[in-house]
Amino acid sequence: MSAESGLTAGRLGHRRSRRLKEKAIELVLFACAMVAVLTTVGIVFILLKESLVFFRAVPIGDFLTDTQWTPLFADAHFGIIVLLSGTLTSAAIALSIAIPMGTVLAIYLSEFAGARTREIAKPVLELLAGIPTIVFGYFALFFLTPILQQVLPWLPGFNLLSAGIVMGIMIVPYVSSISEDAMRAVPVSLREGSYALGATRLQTAVKVVVPAAFSGLAAGYILGISRAVGETMIVAVAAGMQPNLTFNPFEQAATITAYIVQVAKGDLPHGSIGYQTIFAAGLTLFLLTLCFNLLGYWLRKRFREVY
Amino acid sequence: MTTMEQKPDLATLKQKAAARQLNFFYGTKQALKSIELPIYEHRVTALIGPSGCGKSTFLRCFNRMHDLYPGNRYEGEIRLFPDDVNLLAPEVDPIEVRMRLSMVFQKPNPFPKSIFENVAYGLRVRGLKNKTEISDRVEAALKGAALYNEAKDRLHDLASNLSGGQQQRLCIARALAADPELLLFDEPTSALDPIATASIEELIQELRTKVTILIVTHNMQQAARVSDFTAYMYLGELVEFGWTDDVFFRPKKKQTEDYITGRFG
Amino acid sequence: MRRDDTAAIRAVIAAGKRKDLAFAVLGVAALVFAAATFVALFTDMLIDGGHRLKLDFFTNFASRRAENAGIVAAWVGTLTVMVVTAAIAVPIGVASGIYLEEYAPRNLFTDIIEININNLAGVPSIVYGLLALGMFVHTFGLGASVLTAGLTLALLILPIVIVSTREAIRSIPGVIREAAYALGATRWQMVKDHVLPYSMPGILTGIIIGLSRAIGETAPIVTIGAVTFIAFLPPSPITAEPPFLSFEWLSSAFTAMPIQIFNWTSRPDAAFQANASAAALVLVLMTVLMNAFAIWLRWRLRRNIKW
Repeated sequence: MSAESGLTAGRLGHRRSRRLKEKAIELVLFACAMVAVLTTVGIVFILLKESLVFFRAVPIGDFLTDTQWTPLFADAHFGIIVLLSGTLTSAAIALSIAIPMGTVLAIYLSEFAGARTREIAKPVLELLAGIPTIVFGYFALFFLTPILQQVLPWLPGFNLLSAGIVMGIMIVPYVSSISEDAMRAVPVSLREGSYALGATRLQTAVKVVVPAAFSGLAAGYILGISRAVGETMIVAVAAGMQPNLTFNPFEQAATITAYIVQVAKGDLPHGSIGYQTIFAAGLTLFLLTLCFNLLGYWLRKRFREVY
Repeated sequence: MTTMEQKPDLATLKQKAAARQLNFFYGTKQALKSIELPIYEHRVTALIGPSGCGKSTFLRCFNRMHDLYPGNRYEGEIRLFPDDVNLLAPEVDPIEVRMRLSMVFQKPNPFPKSIFENVAYGLRVRGLKNKTEISDRVEAALKGAALYNEAKDRLHDLASNLSGGQQQRLCIARALAADPELLLFDEPTSALDPIATASIEELIQELRTKVTILIVTHNMQQAARVSDFTAYMYLGELVEFGWTDDVFFRPKKKQTEDYITGRFG
Repeated sequence: MRRDDTAAIRAVIAAGKRKDLAFAVLGVAALVFAAATFVALFTDMLIDGGHRLKLDFFTNFASRRAENAGIVAAWVGTLTVMVVTAAIAVPIGVASGIYLEEYAPRNLFTDIIEININNLAGVPSIVYGLLALGMFVHTFGLGASVLTAGLTLALLILPIVIVSTREAIRSIPGVIREAAYALGATRWQMVKDHVLPYSMPGILTGIIIGLSRAIGETAPIVTIGAVTFIAFLPPSPITAEPPFLSFEWLSSAFTAMPIQIFNWTSRPDAAFQANASAAALVLVLMTVLMNAFAIWLRWRLRRNIKW
């Protein structure tokens, strides 16, 4: 009896310190998880703080409507549309390649290809996705542009087309991976129902599987858009860094991202208007990609819930 | 279900299909052994047996569903009449087979489309383009599946908005629209509530005057209610086949009797 | 079915099968195109820069004369920054993953953390650079140092580490946890002794993939001000006098492989183009090797696990 109570007494004492230790550990883990939240807070804070300084000097109306971007000139203009045009044009070119090619690949891998083909394809696409974007930029400038110039001799050395095409190829693995996951989540019974009515593979894929997986596919497309808009090095290297209000792919232009890199590469006195512009531009970019990311997240949650 | 007095002589009945020495292999594992089974025209034939006896496997041989997955092998024949063609022959196109036979699955599987488009799917797949003809055949199929009155005002609503029983009737309409020669049911009511089940069973009774039906069911009472003929399978073999009330009330094999009386399941 | 239909039906089926075949060809073509891009990239760099891959390339500093320029500062810088990145991202990322999978209650707060992580994964890398520039370089006064770079890249790859940790932990069956609890283990003991060891391979894979991504990132480190012309290496962590350990290297200026490539790509001189190719080749090899290792590791661990 006394031995038992001795045992219990020891245990109880232990338990309290053990509980404290557990709580402490949980707190540490929680703090680590909060780093993600703090990062977002930090990003929003710094972008807003520096942009606010900028917008005290430059009215937001001008920022949104001016058609010139010459922040470092004596007669400075701050029209973000100029940079946006470069961003949107290059993104549009990239997506016109990435979305079709990514979807075709996803349908092929999910509905047509055998297990062995898929085993080869997955690493190939993952390796493609792992190539640093600066290397893609080099590829666009020194490999693709000369080839394009053979076909279009008047094409300038820096142009949005080359950058857009390579960006598109870079994005394909992202689109195809998410789209393929979405399609493979469609239940087998739906496919069998289609085949049992005499449909071919393509008919089943296009008429039944793709519509069923649509919100997942859309999430993949949104991710692609987000990647295209936020891409920096490919456009910085291959599209040139001259701000140019254009939607013509055969011209050179600076994107929001390329502009930030260009300014940051030079000497940036802290607090100068040049310093502030990159934050204003960065804020624009952040808000743009935030909208797309939230949309994509919501869509992906929806397709996961359906099945 | 045919009563004793109405039973005609088997020799006078027309066969719609027949399995002849059918063996089936999943890879190296043999799932069906030497099955010989006649399917009589305009009758309901039920396949019963404990889980794993191969009844669904057998059903899926008819419309070549096993061809969709690698590693499966058929031996023997399933002949379809009056053409007298072997559905399992390698020269016979599985897609064509699936256009002539229709299947209703265990869990209702409507496509993410409208009610109308679900039923019209099989027609479009066959290349039918004429809008009036499609519309007419969809209407006829929905009537045949006893769904038309409930659906006629919302033909272009999503099929997923229907209840479970309605969805299964939609799947039946979808199967009927293509004018099949043989209608295959793979445990069509096991995912439905008793009321929906009763309405499907009633439907099956009506349908058999127009189309031949082969139904797999794990529910013996359903087989007794709904079918003219019953085949009892066990471990991949056909143990007994005959008129339903013969199999249920006067089984020839002890194995059959044991299953029917519930000595095992 | 009426028999006179048979010929018409057969024609329809034949047309459908032709479309199936056409699509399969298209799918394979897309795959081949993706693989071909990879091959073209590799070959192009090899041709342009292969001849520069001599020993002195790896041991020389950058130089105004292309033939003398080398990447020693760049690859040492990359490795040094990677050490810091890993030292920060791994503990915080794994801890976050553990918290979210094992400890976090299902409430709004946890949802906020999860949404944040999802969103951060989609934030363009240059925005991380802006965060670093504003907060770490200026507000915290850390300057354009190895520490700043490591911190920035750690935050960048944090979502990758968190997501792979979570997926690795999630794949452990609940019965293992229940068995541990039934033997009287506390939650932390269960995590430490069971969850972590079993999910280690998956976590490791995620870390490698994250680091291979960080190695190729250019935009954030350009933005914080990594210089390109550096004629020295960060000071050694091991010193001759006591206490024999120095952290001076953390606050040292630095450069990295992607920066060097970027700089050389921007020079119009063809000789520097060769250097850029060679450096790009080295970087791609590093990335590909890391990715391939991660893929192999994932394949290997899938074979061993027999839950």
